[in-house]
Amino acid sequence: MSNHLDLKKGLDIPVKGAAARKVAKTVKPGTIAVKPTDFKGFLPRLLVKEGDRVLAGSPVMADKQNPRILVTAPVSGTVSGIVRGEKRKLLAVLVEADAEQSYADFGTKVPADADAVKDLLLKTGLWNALIQRPYGIQANPDLKPKAIFISTFSTAPLAADTEFTLGDRLADFQAGVNALAKLTDGGVHIGVNKAVYSSTPFHKVENAITHVVSGKHPAGNVGVQISHISPILKGETVWTMSPLMVAALGHVINTGKLDLTRKVAVTGPVVADPAYVVCLPGTPVKEITDIPADTRVIGGDVLTGECLGADGCLGFFQDQVTLLHEGTEREWFGWAKPFRPKVHSSSWCYFSWLTPGKQYDMDTNLHGGPRAFVETKCFEDVTPMDIFPIYLIKACLAGDIEKMEKFGIYEVLPEDLALCDYVDPSKNDIQAMIQKGIDLMIKEMA
Amino acid sequence: MADEKKPGLFEKGGKLYWLHSTIDAFDTFLRVPGTVTAKGAHVRDGIDLKRVMIMVVIALVPAALFGMYNVGLQTSLTYGLDWGFWQMFWYGLLRMLPLFIVSYIVGLAIEFGSSQIRGEEVNEGYLVTGFLIPLIVPVDVPLWMLALAVAFSVIFVKEVFGGTGMNIWNPALVARAFLFFSYPSSMSGSSVWVSKTWVGALKDVDAVSAATPLAIAHDGGLAALEAKYSFMDMFYGFIPGSTGETSVIAILIGALILVWTGVASWKIMVSSIAGGLLVGWLGQIGGATELPCYYQLVMGGFLFGSVFMATDPVTAAQTETGKWIYGFLVGALAVVVRLWNPGYMEGMMLAILFMNTMAPLIDHCVVTAHVNRRAKKVKTA
Repeated sequence: MSNHLDLKKGLDIPVKGAAARKVAKTVKPGTIAVKPTDFKGFLPRLLVKEGDRVLAGSPVMADKQNPRILVTAPVSGTVSGIVRGEKRKLLAVLVEADAEQSYADFGTKVPADADAVKDLLLKTGLWNALIQRPYGIQANPDLKPKAIFISTFSTAPLAADTEFTLGDRLADFQAGVNALAKLTDGGVHIGVNKAVYSSTPFHKVENAITHVVSGKHPAGNVGVQISHISPILKGETVWTMSPLMVAALGHVINTGKLDLTRKVAVTGPVVADPAYVVCLPGTPVKEITDIPADTRVIGGDVLTGECLGADGCLGFFQDQVTLLHEGTEREWFGWAKPFRPKVHSSSWCYFSWLTPGKQYDMDTNLHGGPRAFVETKCFEDVTPMDIFPIYLIKACLAGDIEKMEKFGIYEVLPEDLALCDYVDPSKNDIQAMIQKGIDLMIKEMA
Repeated sequence: MADEKKPGLFEKGGKLYWLHSTIDAFDTFLRVPGTVTAKGAHVRDGIDLKRVMIMVVIALVPAALFGMYNVGLQTSLTYGLDWGFWQMFWYGLLRMLPLFIVSYIVGLAIEFGSSQIRGEEVNEGYLVTGFLIPLIVPVDVPLWMLALAVAFSVIFVKEVFGGTGMNIWNPALVARAFLFFSYPSSMSGSSVWVSKTWVGALKDVDAVSAATPLAIAHDGGLAALEAKYSFMDMFYGFIPGSTGETSVIAILIGALILVWTGVASWKIMVSSIAGGLLVGWLGQIGGATELPCYYQLVMGGFLFGSVFMATDPVTAAQTETGKWIYGFLVGALAVVVRLWNPGYMEGMMLAILFMNTMAPLIDHCVVTAHVNRRAKKVKTA
């Protein structure tokens, strides 16, 4: 069964530096960081101490509120350090990897029912890979979600091509889908990219409801797909999982081993030869790619990614690293120039529309100063959802729970409105505003 | 050059910190700020409010240039001076220049001062407002009146609400309304629309009455209007009136720029014109006027208002459906005032200000209807 979803609104940001479909290198694990900060809402309690031996898949920390939820080590080795920040906040557990990897054995028995699947997810630490909506938080093991959604592709700028990264892992992916299907009565919905429908392996996935999606970014966002397939009402929950994590789950079922190794797209205008690197989450970015001076290292894409810093490590969910030049240079008469060939604008106030295929050497400059909202139609043009973005944003700013509910706070995560950040001439941080609203909802509705 | 001024002196704690918004405004006027993204998306679009606002100013330039020429033309025609093209243009330019200077100096001074008080960056909104105001007042309006009107509108219509983006009414129109209600003798009647100051020979001549087409049609009907001005005269703009409003061609060029760049909503423009035409037509068949409905579009400030004033993104309706309703009512109300009002023949200014007031209500209805419809749809799905 398949349904079609043609989204008209959106914007593909033409940033230079897409990864070529080749593996440039494989990083042999050295010191791997396990970061509790990768998981929203996870309050870590350490289960290991320095010098302890861990296997790939053994627990490293547990959630204080729900001790069944674990974070596990992606490698086998020795715990070599505990990194703490201000107020002794746990930032990372460092694991010195063994030369030869050994894995915790989770067995190869296919989980028979929902409880078995939950048990497996909890034991392997993959429970954290389930994201619960509304609010994009840690999934609650005691709930039964309305449905589970997986978007098999990303339309984000320079995102890793799942066809390349997971195309050869279809068996794992299928096993993961089969397991997830046991967790809900609403079925597993997968979004498949229409542009590559004939070639993508994902349309062969069984035991799921396929939705063929076309459109510009954010058509690949699972939140956008959910809002068209089955909007989330007050009181309902759905779960989502990234395709990478589904494959990891399937791999555990098929082999009994937790292996989070992934192909990471190293992208961005300052990368000399953008391609894929095979590595584990927690790998220091320095080992993944060379980092020039004055560069921002982003784990993820340019719209929603996390600033990792040159000494940072790849996050649990990330399969992309983007390097951007820090745009601190000041351009004379920037806004007043008739032509600004180096700067992209989706607005027709500039002439980027003359060069539709051009890719831009973007940097992190804000291109203006913060102002009050003036032009707001631009938000609607990049939001292919049945909501009024500006009203939702203003409700979030005002902290008005009732209005946030009405205007669709249950359906969005900041990532779904990330393009509003980009197009806003008033340079507001829309994602931060939405997140503030969501945090308030979590607090008030708890 | 801007760099030498920057360190220490204007930064927090520096001696001249109280000037920081002003310095910052000039500095970022010359160069794009070196600020990098801190939260949210790491890359940003090249567009900023400076660019948006300058697009509106560019769109206004054809109307302003034609208006300057027309100021000279009307003076020359009315007083029989037999000027050449450049003489007319230079006269208009020199007459308009003080208005622009006063408008910008007074408005920007207040804008800079209040930004300073709020500790914010100076907003670019006044670039447009300051350009609009001289175009919608009679060219001979005394400069002190203009200064007063500008000050009133910038302070009480914009800054008290929190500056550009927060205001409810279009500040340029409120400046005009202020003048209209405070100094009616300089703002209405038949003798204010043609400039005669500065022409030495005319010093002691009484102002000659040169009524606008609206006034002529109001008093004498179609026949009187056609005796004086043809439809094409009004279309090209060779008629007395506020400087920017007379030429349909110049305004349409501006409209094209605004619609092309997406700065102003074509929906508001189209629906406003539709509203004006409909009521004009109803008025014609109902006997309220002899004028064909399309005359309403070329007379007075209708088109200028529809294109440049009603479309102000801050004060107009913000929902797309709301824009259709808002624009339609602007056009319809303006012509209603023209046709069924015994004293006052131009309704555009008040129609827009009234609809500015109503825009949040329209949006509220549109959004509520949408929320209800969505709730129903989701329930049945």
